[in-house]
Amino acid sequence: MTYPADLKYTKDHEWVKLDGGSARVGITDYAQKQLGDVVYLELPQVGRSLKKGEVFGTIESVKAVSELYSPVDGEVTDVHGDLVQHPEHVNKDPHGSWMIALKVTGGQDGLLDAGAYTELTK
Amino acid sequence: MTQAAPGSLKKTPLHARHRALGARMVEFGGWDMPVEYSGIVDEHMAVRTRAGLFDVSHMGEIEIAGADALKAVQHITSNDASRLAINQIQYSALTTPEGTFVDDVLTYRVADDHFMLVVNASNIVKDFHWIAERVKEAGGDAAAVNTSSRYALMALQGPLAKDVLQSLTGVDLSAMKYYWFGTGEVASVRVTISRTGYTGEDGFEVFVPPSSAERVWDAILQAGRSAGVIPAGLGARDTLRLEAAMRLYGNDMDETTTVVEADLGWIVGWKKEEFLGHDVLKRQKAEGAPRKLVGFEMLERAIGRHGYDVYVNGEKAGVVTSGTQTPFLKKAIGMAYLPSSATSPGTEFEIDIRGRRVKAAVVPMPFYKRQK
Repeated sequence: MTYPADLKYTKDHEWVKLDGGSARVGITDYAQKQLGDVVYLELPQVGRSLKKGEVFGTIESVKAVSELYSPVDGEVTDVHGDLVQHPEHVNKDPHGSWMIALKVTGGQDGLLDAGAYTELTK
Repeated sequence: MTQAAPGSLKKTPLHARHRALGARMVEFGGWDMPVEYSGIVDEHMAVRTRAGLFDVSHMGEIEIAGADALKAVQHITSNDASRLAINQIQYSALTTPEGTFVDDVLTYRVADDHFMLVVNASNIVKDFHWIAERVKEAGGDAAAVNTSSRYALMALQGPLAKDVLQSLTGVDLSAMKYYWFGTGEVASVRVTISRTGYTGEDGFEVFVPPSSAERVWDAILQAGRSAGVIPAGLGARDTLRLEAAMRLYGNDMDETTTVVEADLGWIVGWKKEEFLGHDVLKRQKAEGAPRKLVGFEMLERAIGRHGYDVYVNGEKAGVVTSGTQTPFLKKAIGMAYLPSSATSPGTEFEIDIRGRRVKAAVVPMPFYKRQK
């Protein structure tokens, strides 16, 4: 799979789609492949403030548990409830499966572009 | 996501096949093994509805032969091997004098004076030394040999397993009962076939000379292709065995848990006069053990996993030994040791899931039982 150019990436394998002052966050194709079949997703409440690198939730596959890290500073403005009900969509469409929306308050430095992330996962 | 250097791990005779099939490989008991090919859920469902082929060549074989072989097997294992006919198999425990598990094993009676124990991969060396010493102590005419390297082992499991394997062998599989074995040819290779498995489905395990392993593996996949038979890895093997409530050594029992505590009293030959740990087990059977392995189901959305602490009435009271979200039942289930007072079905307790106490309840095992 190629990594979309309109997303930014972290070394922890989250993607972030920045759009003005807001952002949506999910996990990458590489991350879902490492996890295997996703069966459970735990996400934060709307209104929670997150620092870049802070844990915002948990994702579980049949085999493993993994924490989710915020790629930027921000406040949670929306949580993808349908995805919590159908977490297996993360495997089918990782870059379309947003988990939380944020109002970005900082920390956009140090994100990787698609090319750099592709290199990282080689 | 760090992995041990593959070079230091042992490889089964089918290793190149797993690579070619694009399997994700993991370290397991010192072996580089396939954890999944097409995905754990997909492979799990294939075994429940069609069939899946597993490479379980990492499992060990230890053979005990000699005029006093039966006596030796009776001394070191909990089940009553004298009840085995030739070509019959039983599930058993290799016990310590404390009644705990050195390992759990399948005992095959090859001949009156010849037995084969199939043991867990991570325990092969430990088991062999244990057995060899105990047999020597007993002093009779019996010797133990580690024959693990003589066999590749494949498991074809699922409702279509019999038909697929039958198309490759002259052995009458319909006449082979559950937990019996025989010898013959599969794809023109001399093999031992047993009607056994670790999935809760009907199925067979095939012992193959390592040099012919790829030939048999390819033949089974080829014969099953049109019926949707696929290779399956250790990930699905673990979720399948858990649904069937089959114990996993190192998770659900080990050298600190007794056979009675693991709720496996049915693999103890209670009428046997003697075996290692028999006095402890007989006492626990009569007086009750302090704790027991139970099945549980989560009552809230969460997964209780291996090693998570268990609380009864707010007090730490045990630990989860196995747990996952199972693909077929689509429920979060598991096994845990609980104080015997809290083991009746319906009893509610809590599991500490990364700092949060989540409700679960004791349920009867197995979680899944196939329709016959």
